[in-house]
Amino acid sequence: MAYSDKVIDHYNNPRNVGTLDKEKKSVGTGLVGAPECGDVMRLQIEVDEETNEIKDAKFKTFGCGSAIASSSLATEWLKGKTIDEALAIDNMEIVEELALPPVKIHCSVLAEDAIKHAINDYREKNGLEPLEK
Amino acid sequence: MNLPIYLDNNATTPMDPRVLEAMMPYMTNLYGNAASRNHSFGWAAEEAVDYAREQIAKLINCSPKEIIFTSGATESDNLAIKGAFEMYASEGNHIITCKTEHKAVLDACKRVEKAGGEVTYLDPQADGRVKLEDIENAITDKTIMVSIMYANNEIGVVQDIKGISAICRKHNILCMTDAVQAVGKIPVDVQADGIDLLALSGHKIYGPKGVGALYVRRKNPRVKVTAQIDGGGHERGMRSGTLNVPGIVGLGKACQLCNDEMESETARLSGMRDKLEKELSQLEESYINGSVEHRLPHISNISFTYVEGEGLMMGVKDIAVSSGSACTSASLEPSYVLKALGLSDDLAHSSLRFGLGRFTTEEEVDYAINHVKEAVTKLREMSPLWEMFKDGIDLSTIEWEEH
Repeated sequence: MAYSDKVIDHYNNPRNVGTLDKEKKSVGTGLVGAPECGDVMRLQIEVDEETNEIKDAKFKTFGCGSAIASSSLATEWLKGKTIDEALAIDNMEIVEELALPPVKIHCSVLAEDAIKHAINDYREKNGLEPLEK
Repeated sequence: MNLPIYLDNNATTPMDPRVLEAMMPYMTNLYGNAASRNHSFGWAAEEAVDYAREQIAKLINCSPKEIIFTSGATESDNLAIKGAFEMYASEGNHIITCKTEHKAVLDACKRVEKAGGEVTYLDPQADGRVKLEDIENAITDKTIMVSIMYANNEIGVVQDIKGISAICRKHNILCMTDAVQAVGKIPVDVQADGIDLLALSGHKIYGPKGVGALYVRRKNPRVKVTAQIDGGGHERGMRSGTLNVPGIVGLGKACQLCNDEMESETARLSGMRDKLEKELSQLEESYINGSVEHRLPHISNISFTYVEGEGLMMGVKDIAVSSGSACTSASLEPSYVLKALGLSDDLAHSSLRFGLGRFTTEEEVDYAINHVKEAVTKLREMSPLWEMFKDGIDLSTIEWEEH
């Protein structure tokens, strides 16, 4: 299967690979997918408590090139966004940006899920109600 | 050295130039129909076909008369299984096979079931070999055939065909084997091995695509299969259709070359394969799939834990290998062969099959080793599962959100 240039670029030069301290109150972690399905994404955000802005984002992904690219792109987009802006990220925007074929749409869904899980984790840590999934 | 490097010789092999050379005259001037008995064009074609029959017969130690030409091993498997099921209907309706067989065997067996037959699909042991006792225990008074592949296409594991055929003899049932991966690579001898029906293919042994053969034993016992394609009654009435003369000539030549060069090739290929395996085994948490003792010389199937197969394939784009993960298609099903060995889905997903061949060089193997090592290391640095493993977290205790 042919990958788009953007997927190949993210795969070869992934942005923001790494780990944030998940014990920190300002860090939200989202772990989605399952090894049996061939995709696991872990996406982390660090939030500035005063401005509600995401100051850092990191990911690690076990999965195909499209899954790696979707999470890499998500971290790029998350940095500098407020929580509300981050919540508005739709998986179809990832599909469009990376030109994912239909069989790889689930990778973008997983990335969107990972963002929502990370935000919920952050909210729960800070005494806020989790948002509906 | 040209990139990408072809290391998928269990899927297909490039044609040997010597094979092409042998075929060329039969594509141009010598175009006769081998069934035309009344002129020289036909005689030349028939002579070429007979010579090819001898070349094939020599490789597997049978009589040239026992070779039935087909369009490939898929057709040979179908003819053997469905043909025997129909031919021996009065004696029984039960076939024994194994879960790691090629789809051509499994799906032909499914068809037999639809036609009212019964099929037992045995589980292999963890090393990929079928337990002889399991075969014997599965035999009923309705059993007509055991069909177990000689060597597996994904892991290269070689079955105990002699042991299997001895059981078949004892119970007076047919011993069929799909020997596509084994013929031409390791000694296959239908007499010594006690085989009644054997499928082989041209394009796995540096011959052309679109041609194969079925060996059908003529003596002790005399075996017959019901034709699955009706027509002019070619090939002793078991397979109609004008013979593919150039293809058959190529198949014959390919068999002869394999026969001539088997010993030196086995030493060369297994040497390179062992080097590849030794080097890649140095990567932590990598596992060789299937028996390493009973195996073809040119294949290695390795799982690299905590990296995903398709991502790995993308990382090793300079080498053409095959992955145990089939998630390039819409389904997320990992290899059924690896699953039958008892591998978990994630290990099956993380596997690569290396298939070395006649034209593989040492330099290419060295390149592949470094390329794979780099890709696995890079992907593990990116893998949350690898990090958890390194932190001592038991992944089976995590509640995953399956999609």
